[in-house]
Parts: sequence; structure tokens; C-alpha cells
Amino acid sequence: MRFAVVVFPGSNCDEDAAHAITRVLGAPVDLVWHQTASLHGYDVVIIPGGFAYGDYLRAGAIARFSPVMTAVAEHAAAGKPVLGICNGFQILTEAGLLPGTLLANDSLQFRCEIVTARVETTATAFTCAYQEGQVIRLPIAHGQGAYYADDVTLAELRRHDQIVFRYADENPNGSADNIAGIVNRQRNVLGMMPHPERAVHELLGSTDGAPLFTSLLRSWERQATHGA
Amino acid sequence: MTFLARIQITLKPSVLDPQGAAVTKALGALGFDEVSDIRVGRYLEARLTAQDEEAARQRVIQMCDALLANLIIERYEFSLVEEAS
Repeated sequence: MRFAVVVFPGSNCDEDAAHAITRVLGAPVDLVWHQTASLHGYDVVIIPGGFAYGDYLRAGAIARFSPVMTAVAEHAAAGKPVLGICNGFQILTEAGLLPGTLLANDSLQFRCEIVTARVETTATAFTCAYQEGQVIRLPIAHGQGAYYADDVTLAELRRHDQIVFRYADENPNGSADNIAGIVNRQRNVLGMMPHPERAVHELLGSTDGAPLFTSLLRSWERQATHGA
Repeated sequence: MTFLARIQITLKPSVLDPQGAAVTKALGALGFDEVSDIRVGRYLEARLTAQDEEAARQRVIQMCDALLANLIIERYEFSLVEEAS
């Protein structure tokens, strides 16, 4: 199982994501520059956090035109997992791979702290190693993380079990329906504001991000055994 | 022909604007009590060439839809002025 972590000018959680994969799974992982036009040979693609292109215009707005994003869209269309964390979530919404968008936090503050989130569904390749309803502790670090979508879209997300994480206690950014992470309808593209890659070691204050990576390995192994 | 497009992008009325609310509050603190609602938006100027004004208008609409505005939360309006070349 091979991971690609996409690196944009301004990404700053790329090394963290690669480290988490190495530490939790011991799986091979490459940092892939955003000018790369192909992601052939990778099983999972991660769009990490940071400030791609300095968040110019809007967070994620410019990054989506990088050559690699065509390859990310192809990877997603082939049903393979794509994980967007924080700025990666913003990029995936701008690219149209996930519905809705992320607004400035209602507090106008950049929030950097550990929050609690509830795993709302385990029926994804990203969460099958969690328990449904499990409350986990993950760090957040964002100024623009308030998930927003119109009422029709929110109703669709609920109906199709696409809300993967909700803030469990305090909502740190004013997101609609306390949403912290969603998947697409095909369930293979996940966007989330909390950082699972920063929660894989006791020294970091939590290990609750580790099962997300274990989930990816488990569902990949299941697919390899039973065929896609 | 060369045109100058002045593009204003604002949040849709249905989208909360915490930045605007903070500015409104700050103006109130300065004594501008008559101000009740500030909405913060973005202003862009684009210089472009086109065969005529209608062609320029179509191109500006395309660029707003494709990149400059996020139509989930924003709307835009613009004016076009022909410039002497």
C-alpha cells in the first residue's frame, strides 16, 4: 500500500502526514510536488494542511489549478481514497470534489487547540477502525474552518450518511450542523478540519488519529483480498 | 479594444459575515451609531482586451464563475469601461 502526500507551495503539514503514515503503518509514502501530472501507482492520496498559494483569493482557490489536481480527480473517480486535511479540505471543496465550502471561523480567531469530535459513521475506508459514536480528541489549527453548505446540500449529506465527524462538545468555528468532516457520495473522498496526522503519539497529546490510518490499511487489505 | 472591469464580490445575504459584524461593532464604538450592517467583500480590477463590450462582458462572467467568486457563498457584479488604447 503506497501513499502520496501532495506538496503545494505553502503546504506545511506534509511532513507530519508522511511521518504519521510511517509511524502508524510503516507503509511507503512519497511527498509529491504539485506539478506532478500523474499519481499512478499510489493507493491513497493525501492533501495536507497549510496555506497553499498563501490562500490568495480564497483558501484553496489557486491550488485547485495545479497539474496534480487533475490526477487527484482521476484518482478519486477511480474510487481510490483521497484525504484532505484542513487546507486540503478547503482545496477539495474548491476543486468540486466535495460539496460546500469553508468560511472564516465565527469567532474570527485562528483556533489552535485539541477538540473533541464524534465519529458519526464507520462506513468509510477512513473510519472503519473506529467505533460508531466514538468521541476522539484531535487537534485543530485553522482560521477558516466553518463548514458551510446550503440547506438542500446539508439534507443530502445527512440522508446519505456523509457526515463523518461532528464536533462533540464545543463547535470551534461555527460550522453548519457541527460538521468537522464529510465524505463525497461515493465515500472515497474525505475532507476534515481536525488533524489526525498530528494525533498519532502520546507526546502530541493524543493518539486518536492513528485509527484513521489503520482504517485505510484495513479497507485496502480487504479490497486486495476480495477484489475491488 | 481594451476594457477595465471593476468587479465587486460580496457574500450572499444568507451567509453570515463575522468580519462585517466586527467592523460594524468597531464603528459603533467610534460613535458611528447610524451604521447597522457592514458586509465585507472583495474588489478586483481586471484589464482585458475583447472585440467589443459584449464579448468583454461574457469573458468577465466566465472568469468570475470559474475562479474569482465562489458561487456557493458569494455573488458578484461588475462594470466595464472602455479604455483608450
